[in-house]
Amino acid sequence: MKLISKDIEKDNAGQVTLIPEEAEDMWHTYNLMQVGDSLRASTIRKVQTESSTGSVGSNRIRTTLTICVETIDFDSQACQLRVKGINIQENQYVKMGAYHTIELEPNRKFTLAKKQWDSVVLERIEQACDPAFSADVGAVVMQEGLAHICLVTPSMTLLRAKIETSIPRKRRGNCTQHEKALEKFYEQVMQGILRHINFDVVKVVLVASPGFVREQFCEFLFLRAVKQDIKLLLENRGKFLQVHSSSGHKYSLTEVLCDPAVTARLADTKAASEIKALGDFYKMLQHEPDRAFYGIKQVEKANEALAIDILLVTDELFRHQDVPTRTRYVRLVDSVKDNGGTVRIFSSLHVSGEQLNQLTGVAAILRFPVADLSDEESSSDDD
Amino acid sequence: MARHRNVRGYNYDDDFDDDDLYGQSVEDDYCISPATAAQFIYKRDRQTSFTEPLEEEEDEYEEPDKLKPNDSSLSAADQARLYSCLEHMREVLGESVMEQVMIDAVLKSQFDVAKALDIVFKQDCNKNIKPANQDIITERPTKGKTRGLQASEHEYEIVPKMAKMIVSGKKQTMGFDVPSVSSEINGQSVKGQTNEEAMEEADNGLQSANPIPSSQNTEEHSSIMTPGKSSNKAKQKINIKEELEKRQGGKHLLNLVVIGHVDAGKSTLMGHLLYLLGHVNKRTMHKYEQESKKAGKASFAYAWVLDETGEERQRGVTMDVGMTKFETKSKVITLMDAPGHKDFIPNMITGAAQADVAVLAVDASRGEFEAGFEAGGQTREHALLVRSLGVTQLAVAVNKMDQVNWQQERFNEVTSKLGHFLKQAGFKESDVYYIPTSGLSGENLVKRSQISELINWYKGPCLLEQIDYFKAPQRSVDKPFRLCTSDVFKDQGSGFCVTGKIEAGFVQTGDRLLAMPPHETCTVKGITLHEEAVDWAAAGDHVSLTLTGMDIIKINVGCVFCSPNEPIKACTRFRARVLIFNFEVPITQGFPVLIHYQTVSEPATIRKLVSVLHKSTGEVMKKKPKCLTKGMNAVIELQTQRPIALELYKDFKELGRFMLRYSGSSIAAGVVTEIKE
Repeated sequence: MKLISKDIEKDNAGQVTLIPEEAEDMWHTYNLMQVGDSLRASTIRKVQTESSTGSVGSNRIRTTLTICVETIDFDSQACQLRVKGINIQENQYVKMGAYHTIELEPNRKFTLAKKQWDSVVLERIEQACDPAFSADVGAVVMQEGLAHICLVTPSMTLLRAKIETSIPRKRRGNCTQHEKALEKFYEQVMQGILRHINFDVVKVVLVASPGFVREQFCEFLFLRAVKQDIKLLLENRGKFLQVHSSSGHKYSLTEVLCDPAVTARLADTKAASEIKALGDFYKMLQHEPDRAFYGIKQVEKANEALAIDILLVTDELFRHQDVPTRTRYVRLVDSVKDNGGTVRIFSSLHVSGEQLNQLTGVAAILRFPVADLSDEESSSDDD
Repeated sequence: MARHRNVRGYNYDDDFDDDDLYGQSVEDDYCISPATAAQFIYKRDRQTSFTEPLEEEEDEYEEPDKLKPNDSSLSAADQARLYSCLEHMREVLGESVMEQVMIDAVLKSQFDVAKALDIVFKQDCNKNIKPANQDIITERPTKGKTRGLQASEHEYEIVPKMAKMIVSGKKQTMGFDVPSVSSEINGQSVKGQTNEEAMEEADNGLQSANPIPSSQNTEEHSSIMTPGKSSNKAKQKINIKEELEKRQGGKHLLNLVVIGHVDAGKSTLMGHLLYLLGHVNKRTMHKYEQESKKAGKASFAYAWVLDETGEERQRGVTMDVGMTKFETKSKVITLMDAPGHKDFIPNMITGAAQADVAVLAVDASRGEFEAGFEAGGQTREHALLVRSLGVTQLAVAVNKMDQVNWQQERFNEVTSKLGHFLKQAGFKESDVYYIPTSGLSGENLVKRSQISELINWYKGPCLLEQIDYFKAPQRSVDKPFRLCTSDVFKDQGSGFCVTGKIEAGFVQTGDRLLAMPPHETCTVKGITLHEEAVDWAAAGDHVSLTLTGMDIIKINVGCVFCSPNEPIKACTRFRARVLIFNFEVPITQGFPVLIHYQTVSEPATIRKLVSVLHKSTGEVMKKKPKCLTKGMNAVIELQTQRPIALELYKDFKELGRFMLRYSGSSIAAGVVTEIKE
């Protein structure tokens, strides 16, 4: 993402102009936007013109619209962002008050105006524009008959393909069906990799599985590559890394990203650091349960006692459309920062973020133990 | 020639079946009594005794003539006595013994019925012909027993040969095989008897009378299967309980899983057992030995019997559950050889979920036992898993005892350590048995060991005997039909096959079944039990069903087939009572887990921690706990991504249990208490 201009007043109102460059930037933008903001972006409209003689002609016109945001949709598969709202600036083609939907396009600038730019959002822009974060990892988590092909970017884990086939068991005196089905399954996974993983972008492809499936698969993959002369695979052979995982389900990705072999090769990815932070939280809960809190009420109480050392929050909470709820979280984050704590905002697209989301979305590791407040009907507000 | 026989054989069969109930006794108004039929048809097939039937036939024709001269030599009074004696004897013997023989006997014994019978029996023994008749047995139980023993000796000689047939892939189909047909009749003639011993006696009698090995196999099965088949032709609904009793009158079915730490020697133990039982022929075994030697792992030869995929053999590790069957004196065992490696525990769970009893193999050699038993080893985890999945009887095979010179101290050390743990895990001490074995040398597997170091201190049974002693569990035949799919594959012909254990109820060919979660119906076209086609199967059987009227794509491993009238519920959210294992990380809500339920493994998240319960009383100790730690007993709510078919524990004990796993370790066992949606 490129920041073109940032114009924010003292009262935190103002506007920012950005150019999204890659798929991930759409996700960042999605997190920046709120209902009630105004967005200006260029889009293509088909316009009908009627000449004086009455003949009707239609042509496509690129025009810039400014809308007041009403709904925001993010498609995580295609990484596209669609914003719907009422037109608030009339131009030659579009009337005031007409509903329009803009689909943000990569490499076209857009301007976002907010009445209130808070710290969380500003940090997000900074983070999005930081060029250092751009290591993409391909990951194939598999077990016999089940494979997930994922793309792990700093702030997203995108499931590109899920391959599920039933593989007949070995039976007495008849293993051919089993072996045939297995081969077919590997073939499918291989096709999935070829289709979904862009080796120009991806630095490492992790192949993770329990047992010997990964070894067997890699053997199959390169044997096939040699046979069919698939240069793409042969050239990128060095990028494949085999890692152990306990199953082929998506959540096993956490184990994979934490694997020392992976962290050594990938330096510090955001995904891995999030997983580590969540792991720390669980470790604390295990050893000193009074120093690990979760649930907004409890965490707020701990914050009042200035006890929070590390705050874990998912970004989903900041996408909350209800303004008071959102400000409640923002205030929490700000106050933790003011008190010298660290705040880690988890991406809800990562597996670890999903888990934190289930865990009320907010958790904290404390500096010192605070007596358990759970006696007075603690987490009553979580459904 | 063969065809001709076949037709005759079949006619008998049909005659019997068409108008008949099984509870019938031998003395019926048939033109040929079953006993005679048995005798005659049998002899005809027996190539060894071609002369005998001829003689007997002659006898029969000549009877009236022979009688006369005899009669004439007797006084009228004696003649009357002779007839009354004969009558008595006929009552006892039926018509299986020649009249002439009886007369001779009576005359020899001077009209004393008891003595005459004695004489007849002695002759019988010599001839090795045993009439399958109830009265004899009831009168002379002792005799029956001695015969049983003889027969069982025979059995050991016979079994290997018949097994050879199976392994070499020659399937014996019924109907083309004469011995099987004739034996059907025999089997049937026996059916009327309520006495179990009588049945065995009769069976054994047949075996000893008929030393052709190949027929023994078919004989047993056909005598079991035929009733179902014929009844189906006659009427749609069969009384399954009665059928089952009849079938089980022979042998109980038992599902056995072999568990233990990786490299404890599970596959070798069972492979060797199968070899000793003759389920693997010498040639195949020799091949395995050669090949494994070539591969540089000679000690894996026996394991290759069960580890059949190239991958498993190459790595020397069992990866998926190997399934086969064997028989003991009183049971038919479905053997499941579970993988021991940590990564394959999901496979092991699917095997264990279908088992009634378990054999836990532990490595007795120094260091190895400890490695498997301490944290990180699978001995504990496996034992806990099978216990949580409802296995209560456990035989512990203390394996590789030969490596520690069969020391009693080592055995005691291992058993005391294990005993303590197993007690904690919830096994009753009286239901756990320890047997010192050696899988590689085959010591103490099917025969009690002769090794002096061992018999000095060990007097207990061998592994096979112990397996035989296991009590067969009660099956819920009365409940609606349930089958959990453990495998789906395409077979020859139309439709496709699913295999699995029938958890409850029974199934007949032609039944309509409902598959859940896809919620689709299909028709059962065929049922296969232990590689033999049958017409019905009931709870406890490990069968494969051939289905039509449904697309194979819709069926995954883990689907439950049930009766359409009383379907199983499919849901994504349910409440359960769980027991947290020795797992370090505290469990909070939002925890991603893998739920293993029967043969399904499905990702799920813990949605809510409802309450913590008191371990023994079950009282609610705390509502909405912050987290769950090891040893806790709690009620939680689980959410799965896709619907799974579940039953409440209180309705179906077998189907209400599940396991939770997280990143490669088992974290909890639970039972379903409430289905939400």
